[in-house]
Amino acid sequence: MNDHERLAVLKTWKLFIKGSFPRSESGRTLPLHNKDGELIAHLSHASRKDLREAIESARGAFPGWSSSTAYLRSQIIYRLAEMLEGRRSELSDALRSTSGVSKKKADTEVSASIDRTVSWAGWCDKFPMVLGSRNPVAGPYHNFSMPEPSGVCVAVQGIAEQHSLLGFMSLVLPPLCTGNAVVAVANTEHPLAALLVAEVAPTADIPPGVLNVITGDAKELAGWIASHRDVDSVHAIADEAIAATLRAGAAENLKRVQILSKDEDFTDTDRWTNPRRLAPFVETKTVWHPSAT
Amino acid sequence: MAWRAKYDQFMADAPNGNSPVTTWEYSPAPETTPVVIPDQTQLYVGGKFIEPHSKKRFATVNPATEATLSQIADGDAADVDAAVSAARKALKPWGKLPASERAKYLYRIARRIQERARELAILESMDGGKPIKESRDVDIPLAAQHFFHHAGWCDKLRYAMPGTPEPRPVGVCGQIIPWNFPLLMAAWKLAPALACGNTVVLKPAETTSLTAMRLAEILQECDLPPGVVNIVTGAGATGKALVDHAGVDKIAFTGSTEVGKQIAQACAGRGTRLTLELGGKSANIIFADAAIDQAIEGIVQGIWFNQGHVCCAGSRLFVEESILPEVIRKLEMRMKTLRVGDPLDKNTDIGAINSKQQLAIIERYIAEGGREGCMVCQPNHQTLPTKGYWCRPTFMTGVQPAHVVAREEIFGPVLAVMSFRTPEEAISRANNSPYGLAAGIWTEKGSKMFDVARRLQAGVVWCNTYNQFDATSPFGGFKESGFGREGGMQGLAAYLSE
Repeated sequence: MNDHERLAVLKTWKLFIKGSFPRSESGRTLPLHNKDGELIAHLSHASRKDLREAIESARGAFPGWSSSTAYLRSQIIYRLAEMLEGRRSELSDALRSTSGVSKKKADTEVSASIDRTVSWAGWCDKFPMVLGSRNPVAGPYHNFSMPEPSGVCVAVQGIAEQHSLLGFMSLVLPPLCTGNAVVAVANTEHPLAALLVAEVAPTADIPPGVLNVITGDAKELAGWIASHRDVDSVHAIADEAIAATLRAGAAENLKRVQILSKDEDFTDTDRWTNPRRLAPFVETKTVWHPSAT
Repeated sequence: MAWRAKYDQFMADAPNGNSPVTTWEYSPAPETTPVVIPDQTQLYVGGKFIEPHSKKRFATVNPATEATLSQIADGDAADVDAAVSAARKALKPWGKLPASERAKYLYRIARRIQERARELAILESMDGGKPIKESRDVDIPLAAQHFFHHAGWCDKLRYAMPGTPEPRPVGVCGQIIPWNFPLLMAAWKLAPALACGNTVVLKPAETTSLTAMRLAEILQECDLPPGVVNIVTGAGATGKALVDHAGVDKIAFTGSTEVGKQIAQACAGRGTRLTLELGGKSANIIFADAAIDQAIEGIVQGIWFNQGHVCCAGSRLFVEESILPEVIRKLEMRMKTLRVGDPLDKNTDIGAINSKQQLAIIERYIAEGGREGCMVCQPNHQTLPTKGYWCRPTFMTGVQPAHVVAREEIFGPVLAVMSFRTPEEAISRANNSPYGLAAGIWTEKGSKMFDVARRLQAGVVWCNTYNQFDATSPFGGFKESGFGREGGMQGLAAYLSE
């Protein structure tokens, strides 16, 4: 044995599309720095084509995910929590590496993120009861309304948040648990915890394409997200400029847009496990049938 | 085409020459109750009827006779501004009123609409061209029901949105409504807005303002506090002034997808809350195991209700291939019995097309269908009145998915007939549209019905029925048919804040 210190194996952080981990097709990268400004990694810098591929992958996964039973979706998201639990220290280190928060704070955020995942897992087979209804129409008809997923949701972490993991989970879980397929754009200042969630996703049995995670310049991607015709909803935390781009482009095909202000407090558990958070990602479908002959 | 040969044979065998159906002679049965229509209308702002700022007016005509009914006040940006100010001023006191008292105003309005139902129905048919039996039996009763149903919500709003124990009103709402169900659309917009404690500026469609102004009278009769509802009549420019007004917290629009997108664009910049109920090209799917005679009635109800001026009209008919000849034959026979003509006649099934412009649009689409190689069928040969705007009930066969008449909303009595072989094909073709408002399914097999209902991208799915509406039943679309719902518990969310 040589007596020099073992050289660490550095990880190449990649995109997560359709269950695989490709680099950006553009070959572009973004430097990632720690809190002291030292270079610690290079991120894949997603291009317009990467975004398109991610959206296409989500569209392909949507029919299967939305028609799987609520019980199954619930178990898969619960398993995501189980898998994250096993990676607590890795997630905590990831948070600390770029933000420099204390170990205690980072651990608390990881715990909250896992607990949030458990909470949303439980909503999968309950929100239709809470948001749906049997409507007493004035005639001989059986009439009921039920919430259905609107399709492909792009979740954009457009600003560097204080709670990058909790924010990421809070953006992707509501559309996921309602049966939408999600393309998540992780923030490039604190992306590592989100990328670890992507790495965990396949082992949680999340089907390929149901959750895609890309890293890239949110400002650059916003216009492409907004104008993409196969995106049904957008869930974003963003500054004014990105929000304006997303809203204006969304008008083109009437995407459902939910934009959170940059002061959003993701630690507010009541607010962030509330079923009203699901509204932008579901459509109410009302079915009529005669009940008299 | 095999079915065509069969059909020709059937017609040749028919007992009385060219039609197997005995045509009954109906005596005229006009609704003759006199209704007073003023020579000119005003705007309703701050609880008062006022002259329009520009002093300008435009004519509203009876589309069945082309006679001018009245001169409608043309509201401009200054009028909209005055209306928004009045609504803003009224917002606080209206919101402070105990919810149970607010409810009583809405109950009053519902009752007064019921009392004046006959007058409103006649006015609606005269101004818009719809058959009196529809305005009498559908539009006006449903308008009253909307106010009655929502009145009861006023003091129960904390139970309406899960997870929102203390909902608040949104504020001043700008509401723009279309000409196809004038009073009913006003009710759909006003009732939930008021129940949730908002105040409103309403802009009716320019061709159908008369019942809205009659509703203003009703509001006054009910002592609704001034400014809670303001009605500004006018055309597109008036609507635009309302959308662009910085003092409006929420816009609710029902109309074309094209205008809806412009409004979405305008609201995008300001973050104004928005609900849109837009166009459609809804699929009506008839499976071979359907009760065919009932399905035929459903097709008729789906596309020829209100002359096809219905956003959720079942304008794309998908028929399982094996029953296509039978369906075409029966549909053709049934169409011959439809009575087209005087909207005020109680026997009339299909009234006048709402306006000259709309008739031109419909005729352009029919011609386009012919040019693209579709077979245009108008089996109804009834004599049409010499004056007014009329279009015979029409269907087209030989329609391909790429044809304009299969893709674009015609908003008239024109049906595109297509066939399919498997449920998979029916579903994928039905969903192959930027719209997603409604759909119809006809089958006697429950499991198939629920499977198809789940997989159709449509906000309303009618199974073995079509074009049913109710105040308790949410209405609204998927995709480019807009967002938000109207009616029922789900409809309240658009008018409440967390």
